[in-house]
Amino acid sequence: MSAEAKANAAPALVGQQSDSLREAFGKAISQLAETDTAIVVLDADVAGGTGAHHFRKRHPDRFVQCGIAEQNMVGVAAGMAHRGLKPFVTTFAVFMMRGLEQIRLSVAYSGANVKLIASHPGLDVGPDGASAQCLEDLACMRAIPNMVVLSPCDAHEVAAATRALANYEGPAYMRTGRSPCPNVFDAEPEFTIGKGRVLREGRDLTLVGCGVMTQRALVAAEQLAKEGVSARVVHMPSIKPIDRELLIESARSTQLVVTCEDHNIIGGLGSAVAEVLSEVALVPVRRIGVEDVIGGSGEPDELAQHYGLDAVSIISKTLAFYRELNSHD
Amino acid sequence: MISVKVNSKFNGEPLPLIANQMRRDAIWSIYQGRSGHPGGALSCADLLTVLFHRTMAPPKRRPDSYSDDYFVLSKGHAAPVLYAALASRGLLSRAELGQLRKLGSRLQGHPDVSRLPLVEVSTGSLGQGVSFAAGLAKAMQLDGGKDRVYALVGDGELQEGQVWEMAMFAAHHKLANFTVIVDYNKLQSDSANSEVCGLEPLADRWRAFGWRVAEIDGHDLGAIEGALEESGQAAGPQVFIAHTTKGKGVDFMEGQPLWHGSVTMSREQFEQSMTALGCGVTEIEEYGHVR
Repeated sequence: MSAEAKANAAPALVGQQSDSLREAFGKAISQLAETDTAIVVLDADVAGGTGAHHFRKRHPDRFVQCGIAEQNMVGVAAGMAHRGLKPFVTTFAVFMMRGLEQIRLSVAYSGANVKLIASHPGLDVGPDGASAQCLEDLACMRAIPNMVVLSPCDAHEVAAATRALANYEGPAYMRTGRSPCPNVFDAEPEFTIGKGRVLREGRDLTLVGCGVMTQRALVAAEQLAKEGVSARVVHMPSIKPIDRELLIESARSTQLVVTCEDHNIIGGLGSAVAEVLSEVALVPVRRIGVEDVIGGSGEPDELAQHYGLDAVSIISKTLAFYRELNSHD
Repeated sequence: MISVKVNSKFNGEPLPLIANQMRRDAIWSIYQGRSGHPGGALSCADLLTVLFHRTMAPPKRRPDSYSDDYFVLSKGHAAPVLYAALASRGLLSRAELGQLRKLGSRLQGHPDVSRLPLVEVSTGSLGQGVSFAAGLAKAMQLDGGKDRVYALVGDGELQEGQVWEMAMFAAHHKLANFTVIVDYNKLQSDSANSEVCGLEPLADRWRAFGWRVAEIDGHDLGAIEGALEESGQAAGPQVFIAHTTKGKGVDFMEGQPLWHGSVTMSREQFEQSMTALGCGVTEIEEYGHVR
């Protein structure tokens, strides 16, 4: 498809390649900084990989190169926030984890207005392999008091979430993503920290997704419908605070909740959803994610298939969960 | 030359008296708190005396603070002496020092900015405060602020890799508004630095990282004052390696690693400490009641 034809093509719900989430972040933060002069971006020598290169080009005077030294970068950001700036710390998710204890003390416990933007989460990282594939970040960040944790699903939503973060006073962590990512939204959606949204209605079960998994859940729901199973799809970009009302309402209106995340099944979206629903004991919650193993090299779609995170896996696992549930009736 | 900078509350009061009061207050609060780190609090009392009563001018733009300059206690376990320094400037009441480490107190075991904004940032995990301070200095470089950032770092703390990440960063960014002071008392939690993981040649190490380095006697109030007056005359960050004695002022604590750690002081040890700091029997009796 020519560039022109691509630009004119009607936006499709699934299947259309768009910007990667990291590129979307880089463009959004550059745009926001045009009017918000307090925004600064910190980098640890990976600006080309996190999208921060857009900001460096547009706002070189507010781009702070910290070198490959993430612990110091997190502390520096906290100091800059104390002076009234709005620091956005950028690096790969796995390297952000190097500053975890700094994030805890200098940022979260200190209540510093620092935004942590992590590209390269999950198996979506691809061929670089396990050392670069962060499968634990949602769990770790979620366990830190005061920390907002976001995982938007497409380029449009990343832009909206970046805007929301620039307007939010306090510590926050956001996952972007490495691979080009199909659009879920046609345009920038409204974004409210703490809110999820229903992307597709369904009666039988609810699929809850975040990040790149939401689009796969939508594809799965389409196929499940053909198998006679009506799946509601809830997108939950705000993992903390999570949208309790939406989850409870979904659990009340369907028989099963299945979570989908490109993350270890321990501690991430699935755990967050289970924590809410276990308190009200409505329906079973089953989790789709990486099954507590270390990843490996491969293309993102190969890895998704191998570790059971692709749409086909969501379909087969969900059908199995659903049939198991109904066989007990 | 510096009289204009002296907080009126202490205008004319000699620095040695202020330093001694700070030591007494720190010891009293550790005794009251039933735990705390006296050794490293006493070793930096003279440094804080000069910083809070000479170097950092009373504020014009940060009315609720001690100065427009910033002070970051990276060695957060010395919190009792920071609280005593704030009390010496009238920013905390002396009575409140008795709330150290008590449930719900603003005076947490290590500085907690969410409860006490005067401390600027929460510290206590070593290596972190200096990065925060460097971030403040970087922000002021961007916003044109003319004030300075001072950070006090422990010697054992220099074993944290983050400190040297910070050292590279501050030199690379030419943070001329940034001064680090090393409280070089030569002892850390377990034993001497030289036995745990040696720091020497310490001055050469900082120099090699691109810092302007000066070594000072960290108990010579005049020398500290003179040295800090020269802060800001380098093209990049500066470090003062302040040679100090752990437990300075309380003879039986001096140079003893035992008194690094969080200790519960007996009444007898408290009285001995206060006597060593020049308190008479009546003064000890009344400590905490009349203040």
